[in-house]
Amino acid sequence: MPENRYTRTAIALHWLVAALILFNLGFGLYTVDLPLSPRKLRYFSWHKWIGVTIFLLVAARLLWRLTHPAPALPSTMKPWEARAAHVSHIALYVLFFSAPLSGWLFSSAAGFQTVYLGVLPIPDLLSKNRDLADGLKVAHHWINYAMGALIAVHAAAAVKHHVVNRDDVLARMLPFLKAHRP
Amino acid sequence: MSRILCLSAALALLLPLPAAAQQKVIPDKSSIRFVTKQMNVPVEGRFRKFDATVSFDPGRPESTKAEFEVDLGSIDLGNAEGETEARRKAWLNIDVFPKARFVATSVKALGTGKFEATGDLAIKGTTQKIVAPFTIVEAGGMRTVEGQFTLKRLQFRIGEGPWADTETVADEVLVRFKFTLPTK
Repeated sequence: MPENRYTRTAIALHWLVAALILFNLGFGLYTVDLPLSPRKLRYFSWHKWIGVTIFLLVAARLLWRLTHPAPALPSTMKPWEARAAHVSHIALYVLFFSAPLSGWLFSSAAGFQTVYLGVLPIPDLLSKNRDLADGLKVAHHWINYAMGALIAVHAAAAVKHHVVNRDDVLARMLPFLKAHRP
Repeated sequence: MSRILCLSAALALLLPLPAAAQQKVIPDKSSIRFVTKQMNVPVEGRFRKFDATVSFDPGRPESTKAEFEVDLGSIDLGNAEGETEARRKAWLNIDVFPKARFVATSVKALGTGKFEATGDLAIKGTTQKIVAPFTIVEAGGMRTVEGQFTLKRLQFRIGEGPWADTETVADEVLVRFKFTLPTK
């Protein structure tokens, strides 16, 4: 049992959030292009509920991360690589929070309150405002494009660590993968 | 002589009749809003353009004459996609039915500034009888009429085909109105 690995909780949260984010990203892109219909209204409600769920899980992840330090990066990494990894993880968290937040603000400005699971109304911070809604829609889209792009970089880097560097960076988040021991 | 007759006849036509004290609503102090429930979430909209001709005397509500006309194309839902859809055939079909119309058939006093109007509401070629309670507040030569009623959109075929599904958009639509008119 390798020691240099994330806690079970951190691993579970990572993959759960990863699955929800990737699904909701695709689901949002699909739904936005549907012609207006009851189906579209339903899907957007679900999209928002998943977004709220992601927000809560990411907050839980961040708390866990702050109280349970991540395992050390391999000593074979150059200082700039370690710094880049650290900065990109911070950027991912910023995007994970700003994606649902911008969606919630956009929804409020568009005059459609977010009611979690159809039962728990989340207060509107903004009141209805068409110009603001248009701006927030663009912001929500770009935040998510940026998040999608950074997730791709994150995943590519993890694979590169495993295949090229042959270190344990991917294995410490993927327990069934056999870690390469340098 | 005939010239004077002509002139006085013309003047008589121009003069308002004192018996029918008609009042026009002041648009920027009046509003017609509505609340629909979409996925159980109340969503508010309004109509920007409407017109009303009212002849109302709080002392004699039974003699009220009131007619309201709403330009349905002026719908404001806060987003263009929803408005385009609302104007289409399945919803308001404004190409064929550009206006909604309410004609009060009777108004009765309920006491302390409270009244109840009964009348015919025509939307999208369907006329339904509605009862709308309202209050009246008078101040500074202005009379503010405020009230609300609930209509069932499907009775007017507002939202046909897949939109008739009331689990996504509820049947009940709450209509809130506020009209400010000069007292004289």
